[in-house]
Amino acid sequence: MRRFLPLLLIGTLIVIGCRTIPKDALSLSPESFAQRQMQTRKYETKDEAKILAACAGLFQDMGFNLDESETKLGVISASKMRSAVSAGQQVGAALLTILTRTSHPTDKQQKMRVSIITRPVGEHGEYISVRVTFQRIVWNTHNQVTKSESLADPQIYQEFFDKLSKSIFLEAQAI
Amino acid sequence: MKFKSVLFLIIFSLFVVGCASTQQRLLDSDSSQVQLRSIQTRAFDTTDKEKTLRTVIATLQDLEFVIDKADLTLGTVSATKLKSYAVRITVTVRPRGETQLLVRANAQYNLEPITDPQPYQQFFAALEKAMFLTAHQAD
Repeated sequence: MRRFLPLLLIGTLIVIGCRTIPKDALSLSPESFAQRQMQTRKYETKDEAKILAACAGLFQDMGFNLDESETKLGVISASKMRSAVSAGQQVGAALLTILTRTSHPTDKQQKMRVSIITRPVGEHGEYISVRVTFQRIVWNTHNQVTKSESLADPQIYQEFFDKLSKSIFLEAQAI
Repeated sequence: MKFKSVLFLIIFSLFVVGCASTQQRLLDSDSSQVQLRSIQTRAFDTTDKEKTLRTVIATLQDLEFVIDKADLTLGTVSATKLKSYAVRITVTVRPRGETQLLVRANAQYNLEPITDPQPYQQFFAALEKAMFLTAHQAD
Protein backbone atom coordinates (compact mmCIF):
# COMPACT_ATOMS: atom_id res chain seq x y z
CA MET A 1 0.00 0.00 0.00
CA ARG A 2 2.74 2.43 0.97
CA ARG A 3 4.46 1.88 -2.31
CA PHE A 4 1.46 3.40 -4.03
CA LEU A 5 1.50 6.58 -1.98
CA PRO A 6 4.17 8.39 -4.02
CA LEU A 7 2.21 7.40 -7.13
CA LEU A 8 -0.91 8.84 -5.57
CA LEU A 9 0.99 12.03 -4.78
CA ILE A 10 2.17 12.42 -8.36
CA GLY A 11 -1.32 11.52 -9.56
CA THR A 12 -2.92 14.33 -7.55
CA LEU A 13 -0.37 16.80 -8.86
CA ILE A 14 -1.06 15.78 -12.45
CA VAL A 15 -4.82 15.88 -12.02
CA ILE A 16 -4.76 19.30 -10.40
CA GLY A 17 -1.84 20.96 -12.13
CA CYS A 18 -2.17 19.85 -15.72
CA ARG A 19 -5.55 20.74 -17.13
CA THR A 20 -3.82 21.91 -20.25
CA ILE A 21 -5.35 22.93 -23.52
CA PRO A 22 -5.62 20.24 -26.25
CA LYS A 23 -2.87 20.59 -28.86
CA ASP A 24 -5.24 21.36 -31.71
CA ALA A 25 -7.57 23.81 -29.94
CA LEU A 26 -6.22 26.84 -31.82
CA SER A 27 -4.92 25.22 -35.00
CA LEU A 28 -6.77 24.76 -38.28
CA SER A 29 -8.27 21.30 -38.58
CA PRO A 30 -8.30 19.34 -41.88
CA GLU A 31 -12.09 19.71 -41.93
CA SER A 32 -12.04 23.49 -41.55
CA PHE A 33 -12.25 24.17 -45.31
CA ALA A 34 -15.23 21.84 -45.78
CA GLN A 35 -16.91 23.38 -42.75
CA ARG A 36 -16.38 26.87 -44.11
CA GLN A 37 -18.05 25.85 -47.37
CA MET A 38 -20.98 24.30 -45.56
CA GLN A 39 -21.46 27.41 -43.42
CA THR A 40 -21.04 30.04 -46.15
CA ARG A 41 -23.18 31.37 -49.00
CA LYS A 42 -22.64 34.28 -51.38
CA TYR A 43 -25.30 36.77 -52.38
CA GLU A 44 -24.98 38.97 -55.42
CA THR A 45 -25.30 42.43 -53.92
CA LYS A 46 -23.05 45.18 -52.63
CA ASP A 47 -25.47 46.14 -49.89
CA GLU A 48 -23.99 44.57 -46.75
CA ALA A 49 -26.41 46.38 -44.44
CA LYS A 50 -29.38 44.89 -46.31
CA ILE A 51 -28.04 41.34 -45.84
CA LEU A 52 -27.36 42.01 -42.15
CA ALA A 53 -30.90 43.32 -41.68
CA ALA A 54 -32.25 40.18 -43.36
CA CYS A 55 -30.14 38.06 -40.98
CA ALA A 56 -31.43 39.95 -37.96
CA GLY A 57 -34.98 39.40 -39.20
CA LEU A 58 -34.26 35.71 -39.69
CA PHE A 59 -32.86 35.37 -36.16
CA GLN A 60 -36.14 36.82 -34.93
CA ASP A 61 -38.05 34.32 -37.11
CA MET A 62 -36.06 31.57 -35.39
CA GLY A 63 -36.81 32.90 -31.91
CA PHE A 64 -33.30 34.13 -31.13
CA ASN A 65 -32.60 37.28 -29.15
CA LEU A 66 -29.78 39.46 -30.42
CA ASP A 67 -26.87 39.77 -27.99
CA GLU A 68 -24.43 41.92 -29.94
CA SER A 69 -24.02 43.50 -33.32
CA GLU A 70 -21.40 45.58 -35.12
CA THR A 71 -22.61 46.63 -38.55
CA LYS A 72 -19.23 48.10 -39.51
CA LEU A 73 -17.65 44.63 -39.23
CA GLY A 74 -20.66 42.62 -40.39
CA VAL A 75 -21.21 40.84 -37.06
CA ILE A 76 -24.44 39.76 -35.35
CA SER A 77 -24.55 37.29 -32.47
CA ALA A 78 -27.69 35.93 -30.88
CA SER A 79 -28.81 33.26 -28.45
CA LYS A 80 -31.86 31.54 -26.98
CA MET A 81 -32.65 29.15 -24.14
CA ARG A 82 -34.66 26.06 -25.03
CA SER A 83 -35.70 22.78 -23.47
CA ALA A 84 -33.25 19.88 -23.95
CA VAL A 85 -35.63 17.16 -22.76
CA SER A 86 -35.64 14.13 -25.03
CA ALA A 87 -38.14 11.31 -24.71
CA GLY A 88 -35.59 8.53 -25.28
CA GLN A 89 -33.30 9.80 -22.56
CA GLN A 90 -36.24 10.18 -20.14
CA VAL A 91 -37.28 6.55 -20.68
CA GLY A 92 -33.68 5.36 -20.28
CA ALA A 93 -33.24 7.31 -17.06
CA ALA A 94 -36.58 6.04 -15.70
CA LEU A 95 -35.52 2.43 -16.37
CA LEU A 96 -32.14 3.02 -14.73
CA THR A 97 -33.85 4.58 -11.74
CA ILE A 98 -36.07 1.52 -11.32
CA LEU A 99 -33.10 -0.84 -11.69
CA THR A 100 -30.60 0.99 -9.48
CA ARG A 101 -33.03 2.79 -7.16
CA THR A 102 -31.08 6.01 -7.46
CA SER A 103 -32.24 8.95 -9.51
CA HIS A 104 -30.43 9.64 -12.76
CA PRO A 105 -30.09 13.14 -14.17
CA THR A 106 -31.41 13.86 -17.65
CA ASP A 107 -30.84 16.78 -20.00
CA LYS A 108 -33.04 19.68 -19.03
CA GLN A 109 -32.21 22.88 -20.89
CA GLN A 110 -29.86 24.26 -23.46
CA LYS A 111 -28.44 27.59 -24.54
CA MET A 112 -28.23 27.80 -28.32
CA ARG A 113 -25.88 30.41 -29.75
CA VAL A 114 -25.38 31.69 -33.25
CA SER A 115 -23.20 34.27 -34.91
CA ILE A 116 -23.36 35.52 -38.44
CA ILE A 117 -20.57 37.29 -40.27
CA THR A 118 -20.94 39.13 -43.55
CA ARG A 119 -18.08 40.38 -45.71
CA PRO A 120 -17.72 41.79 -49.19
CA VAL A 121 -16.01 39.30 -51.52
CA GLY A 122 -15.20 39.09 -55.20
CA GLU A 123 -12.77 41.22 -57.18
CA HIS A 124 -14.73 44.41 -56.79
CA GLY A 125 -16.72 43.42 -53.73
CA GLU A 126 -19.72 42.57 -55.90
CA TYR A 127 -20.81 39.74 -53.59
CA ILE A 128 -21.59 39.60 -49.90
CA SER A 129 -20.59 36.33 -48.28
CA VAL A 130 -22.52 35.19 -45.23
CA ARG A 131 -21.07 32.67 -42.79
CA VAL A 132 -23.13 31.32 -39.94
CA THR A 133 -22.00 29.15 -37.01
CA PHE A 134 -24.09 27.53 -34.30
CA GLN A 135 -23.15 26.06 -30.94
CA ARG A 136 -24.97 24.93 -27.81
CA ILE A 137 -24.47 24.17 -24.13
CA VAL A 138 -26.75 21.57 -22.48
CA TRP A 139 -27.46 21.36 -18.76
CA ASN A 140 -29.04 18.38 -16.97
CA THR A 141 -31.51 18.29 -14.10
CA HIS A 142 -28.56 18.62 -11.66
CA ASN A 143 -27.48 21.82 -13.43
CA GLN A 144 -24.33 20.14 -14.71
CA VAL A 145 -23.10 20.86 -18.23
CA THR A 146 -23.51 17.64 -20.21
CA LYS A 147 -22.68 18.91 -23.68
CA SER A 148 -20.89 21.90 -25.10
CA GLU A 149 -20.40 21.66 -28.81
CA SER A 150 -20.47 23.23 -32.26
CA LEU A 151 -23.40 22.12 -34.37
CA ALA A 152 -22.05 20.63 -37.59
CA ASP A 153 -25.06 18.89 -39.14
CA PRO A 154 -25.16 19.99 -42.82
CA GLN A 155 -28.98 19.95 -42.79
CA ILE A 156 -29.05 22.72 -40.18
CA TYR A 157 -27.04 24.95 -42.48
CA GLN A 158 -29.04 23.96 -45.56
CA GLU A 159 -32.30 24.93 -43.87
CA PHE A 160 -30.80 28.10 -42.44
CA PHE A 161 -29.73 29.38 -45.86
CA ASP A 162 -33.07 28.41 -47.41
CA LYS A 163 -34.69 30.57 -44.77
CA LEU A 164 -32.17 33.35 -45.28
CA SER A 165 -32.94 33.52 -48.99
CA LYS A 166 -36.61 33.83 -48.09
CA SER A 167 -35.81 36.50 -45.50
CA ILE A 168 -33.80 38.55 -47.99
CA PHE A 169 -36.79 38.41 -50.33
CA LEU A 170 -39.23 39.37 -47.58
CA GLU A 171 -37.04 42.27 -46.42
CA ALA A 172 -36.83 43.50 -50.01
CA GLN A 173 -40.63 43.46 -50.15
CA ALA A 174 -40.72 45.11 -46.68
CA ILE A 175 -42.99 42.41 -45.26
CA MET B 1 5.30 7.72 10.28
CA LYS B 2 6.18 7.49 6.60
CA PHE B 3 2.49 7.16 5.75
CA LYS B 4 1.74 10.31 7.71
CA SER B 5 4.46 12.33 6.05
CA VAL B 6 3.31 11.29 2.57
CA LEU B 7 -0.26 12.14 3.47
CA PHE B 8 0.96 15.52 4.70
CA LEU B 9 2.79 16.03 1.41
CA ILE B 10 -0.36 15.24 -0.57
CA ILE B 11 -2.39 17.74 1.40
CA PHE B 12 0.40 20.29 1.15
CA SER B 13 0.63 19.85 -2.64
CA LEU B 14 -3.13 20.35 -2.88
CA PHE B 15 -2.71 23.69 -1.16
CA VAL B 16 0.27 24.78 -3.21
CA VAL B 17 -1.26 23.83 -6.56
CA GLY B 18 -4.95 24.34 -5.92
CA CYS B 19 -5.35 27.40 -3.80
CA ALA B 20 -4.58 30.78 -5.27
CA SER B 21 -5.99 33.80 -3.47
CA THR B 22 -8.80 35.82 -4.98
CA GLN B 23 -6.35 38.61 -5.69
CA GLN B 24 -4.05 36.28 -7.61
CA ARG B 25 -6.96 34.89 -9.59
CA LEU B 26 -8.41 38.31 -10.28
CA LEU B 27 -5.18 39.91 -11.42
CA ASP B 28 -3.44 36.74 -12.67
CA SER B 29 -0.40 38.17 -10.97
CA ASP B 30 1.65 34.99 -11.27
CA SER B 31 2.47 35.67 -14.92
CA SER B 32 4.96 38.25 -16.20
CA GLN B 33 3.28 41.13 -18.05
CA VAL B 34 6.17 41.61 -20.48
CA GLN B 35 6.50 37.94 -21.31
CA LEU B 36 2.76 37.51 -21.72
CA ARG B 37 2.55 40.41 -24.15
CA SER B 38 5.36 39.06 -26.27
CA ILE B 39 3.65 35.63 -26.45
CA GLN B 40 0.26 37.12 -27.29
CA THR B 41 1.25 39.89 -29.71
CA ARG B 42 2.34 40.05 -33.35
CA ALA B 43 2.85 42.98 -35.72
CA PHE B 44 1.54 42.99 -39.29
CA ASP B 45 2.69 45.29 -42.12
CA THR B 46 -0.69 46.85 -42.85
CA THR B 47 -2.66 49.83 -41.62
CA ASP B 48 -6.11 48.57 -42.67
CA LYS B 49 -7.75 48.04 -39.31
CA GLU B 50 -11.16 47.05 -40.67
CA LYS B 51 -9.77 44.46 -43.07
CA THR B 52 -7.53 43.05 -40.35
CA LEU B 53 -10.46 42.73 -37.94
CA ARG B 54 -12.59 41.08 -40.61
CA THR B 55 -9.76 38.64 -41.29
CA VAL B 56 -9.38 37.94 -37.57
CA ILE B 57 -13.12 37.18 -37.41
CA ALA B 58 -12.91 34.87 -40.45
CA THR B 59 -9.93 33.07 -38.94
CA LEU B 60 -11.75 32.59 -35.64
CA GLN B 61 -14.68 31.10 -37.55
CA ASP B 62 -12.29 28.73 -39.33
CA LEU B 63 -11.09 27.68 -35.87
CA GLU B 64 -14.73 26.85 -34.95
CA PHE B 65 -15.32 29.89 -32.76
CA VAL B 66 -18.68 31.62 -32.54
CA ILE B 67 -18.22 35.40 -32.42
CA ASP B 68 -19.60 36.96 -29.23
CA LYS B 69 -18.97 40.62 -29.98
CA ALA B 70 -16.92 42.96 -32.11
CA ASP B 71 -16.17 46.68 -32.11
CA LEU B 72 -14.43 48.46 -34.97
CA THR B 73 -13.77 51.70 -33.07
CA LEU B 74 -12.06 49.92 -30.20
CA GLY B 75 -10.64 47.27 -32.54
CA THR B 76 -11.74 44.24 -30.56
CA VAL B 77 -13.31 40.85 -31.20
CA SER B 78 -14.38 38.27 -28.60
CA ALA B 79 -15.34 34.70 -29.44
CA THR B 80 -16.07 31.34 -27.83
CA LYS B 81 -15.28 27.81 -28.94
CA LEU B 82 -17.21 24.90 -27.45
CA LYS B 83 -15.93 21.41 -28.08
CA SER B 84 -16.39 19.46 -24.84
CA TYR B 85 -14.17 22.25 -23.50
CA ALA B 86 -14.62 26.00 -23.69
CA VAL B 87 -12.03 28.40 -25.08
CA ARG B 88 -12.79 32.10 -24.92
CA ILE B 89 -10.59 34.52 -26.82
CA THR B 90 -10.34 38.29 -27.20
CA VAL B 91 -8.35 39.76 -30.05
CA THR B 92 -7.43 43.44 -30.23
CA VAL B 93 -6.04 45.33 -33.20
CA ARG B 94 -4.35 48.69 -32.80
CA PRO B 95 -1.97 50.86 -34.83
CA ARG B 96 1.75 50.69 -34.22
CA GLY B 97 3.61 53.60 -35.79
CA GLU B 98 2.68 54.63 -39.32
CA THR B 99 2.98 51.34 -41.14
CA GLN B 100 1.98 48.50 -38.81
CA LEU B 101 -0.87 47.07 -36.79
CA LEU B 102 -0.41 45.20 -33.54
CA VAL B 103 -2.66 42.18 -33.09
CA ARG B 104 -2.95 40.79 -29.59
CA ALA B 105 -4.90 37.73 -28.53
CA ASN B 106 -5.60 36.51 -25.04
CA ALA B 107 -7.48 33.34 -24.33
CA GLN B 108 -8.70 31.10 -21.54
CA TYR B 109 -9.22 27.38 -21.56
CA ASN B 110 -12.12 26.36 -19.29
CA LEU B 111 -11.13 28.07 -16.02
CA GLU B 112 -7.46 28.65 -16.78
CA PRO B 113 -5.68 31.46 -18.64
CA ILE B 114 -3.63 30.20 -21.59
CA THR B 115 -0.04 31.25 -20.94
CA ASP B 116 1.64 28.58 -23.05
CA PRO B 117 3.14 30.14 -26.25
CA GLN B 118 2.12 27.25 -28.53
CA PRO B 119 -1.64 27.90 -28.86
CA TYR B 120 -0.90 31.55 -29.70
CA GLN B 121 1.69 30.48 -32.29
CA GLN B 122 -0.97 28.27 -33.88
CA PHE B 123 -3.52 31.08 -33.85
CA PHE B 124 -1.12 33.55 -35.50
CA ALA B 125 -0.05 30.90 -38.03
CA ALA B 126 -3.71 30.55 -39.07
CA LEU B 127 -4.13 34.34 -39.12
CA GLU B 128 -0.97 34.83 -41.23
CA LYS B 129 -2.38 32.50 -43.87
CA ALA B 130 -5.66 34.38 -44.03
CA MET B 131 -3.94 37.80 -44.03
CA PHE B 132 -1.42 36.84 -46.75
CA LEU B 133 1.07 38.67 -44.52
CA THR B 134 3.87 37.66 -42.19
CA ALA B 135 3.36 38.08 -38.48
CA HIS B 136 6.37 39.77 -36.92
CA GLN B 137 7.40 39.26 -33.34
CA ALA B 138 6.45 42.60 -31.81
CA ASP B 139 9.44 43.36 -29.60
